[in-house]
Amino acid sequence: MLDSHVPYLKYEPYSMKAKEKSQFMVKCLKELTAHHINNCSEYARILQALGYNAEGIEELADFPFISVQLFKEFELLSVPRESVVKTMKSSGTTGQTRSQVFLDRATAMAQSKCLANIMASYIGKKRLPMIILDTELAKKDPRMFSARGAGIIGFSMFGRDVFFALDDNMQLREAELKDYLAKHQGERIILFGYTYMIWQYVVKTLRSGGKSLEIPDGVLFHIGGWKKLQAERVSTKAYNEAVRSVCGNVHIHNYYGMAEQLGSVFVECEEGHMHCSVFSDILIRNPRDFSSCKIGEEGLVELLSILPSSYPGHILLTEDWGKILGEDDCPCGRKGKYFELLGRISKAEIRGCSDTYGQ
Amino acid sequence: MTNMEKYKEAFKEALEIDDSALTDELAFDSIPEWDSVGHMRLMASIEDAFDIMFETEDIMDFGTFGKGKEILQKYDVEL
Repeated sequence: MLDSHVPYLKYEPYSMKAKEKSQFMVKCLKELTAHHINNCSEYARILQALGYNAEGIEELADFPFISVQLFKEFELLSVPRESVVKTMKSSGTTGQTRSQVFLDRATAMAQSKCLANIMASYIGKKRLPMIILDTELAKKDPRMFSARGAGIIGFSMFGRDVFFALDDNMQLREAELKDYLAKHQGERIILFGYTYMIWQYVVKTLRSGGKSLEIPDGVLFHIGGWKKLQAERVSTKAYNEAVRSVCGNVHIHNYYGMAEQLGSVFVECEEGHMHCSVFSDILIRNPRDFSSCKIGEEGLVELLSILPSSYPGHILLTEDWGKILGEDDCPCGRKGKYFELLGRISKAEIRGCSDTYGQ
Repeated sequence: MTNMEKYKEAFKEALEIDDSALTDELAFDSIPEWDSVGHMRLMASIEDAFDIMFETEDIMDFGTFGKGKEILQKYDVEL
């Protein structure tokens, strides 16, 4: 994050209305784009090829985007290599090239603070007892700082007395879990995990044993893809009902974010809508001409974030498919755009975009 | 044990490092032992030593051995 933008991390995450938000984002992203042009020669060449002219930018859709694919193919940095403190790698499916993102201290810190601010708006600032629905191995693996391990470590900062619910063999530690819940009786419990792992190793195990953890007051945050769940024909509604039937009275928030833009995540509200915070935004692009789609129109998801300063990942076209549902008027009261994700496109369709590199 | 001794002990135990590493400049991510996993261990160990609970923000600001001493003052721990 740029030094001059750091004070913005104190903003209320869901307070800014459309007009002000758009002006704020345009200003931040112009400054970030200039920074990346000056510090990342590859990015400067791409933008030159795309004919970028800062003067001509009036709204978010005018900014040139780059494909998230580029982080798989190239090492893109906007800081000297010596300042890199962490290299983030996406989890990646087997056989796929993994993307690499380079973090310096400023960007890593901004990511943590941004996530903390967003989370505090859901669970408050006090650290609550936390159950991670995963194994401790995911964070112990020293070979690589995978998105899965990083997600767990990053999230565990919001909790205390952090408990890992799965053992090294992905078995649910039922007896220890019971003791933990008894120890924290009367307290609100935070739960965190990856969408499919929760389904596979927690929900299925408890359901087949006809058991429930009977948590009286819990909040679950989960992240990850729906691909495997779709294959098992599990809808969001069925997922949430199943989780509640085995966990108890738990509020469930799915959230969405990319390894290429950690920190500025999108959280699903009580209405089931994904929300942009003041630190990020979303555009939907028509896959044929990359024009910006209107509310309700489906297309490719473009994500914008004011955090990335050590790598040029502030405006990215993803491989996700979705639509914007509305802006500033979600019944939950949060301001900003809210949207729905509808899946992922196959890789080939997006090629035209990465091909502009080096022209 | 004085509070300063407790503070140093928490570092040595959580990060498995020697006395010689403990200077005010010792920083998060400056040695392999103080990575993000080590950091969470360190925070828990300091919380236990002084029977306090950090706010999330202080966990993130706790960037050096020296800065930690400042933060502890907020929790009425004099070093």
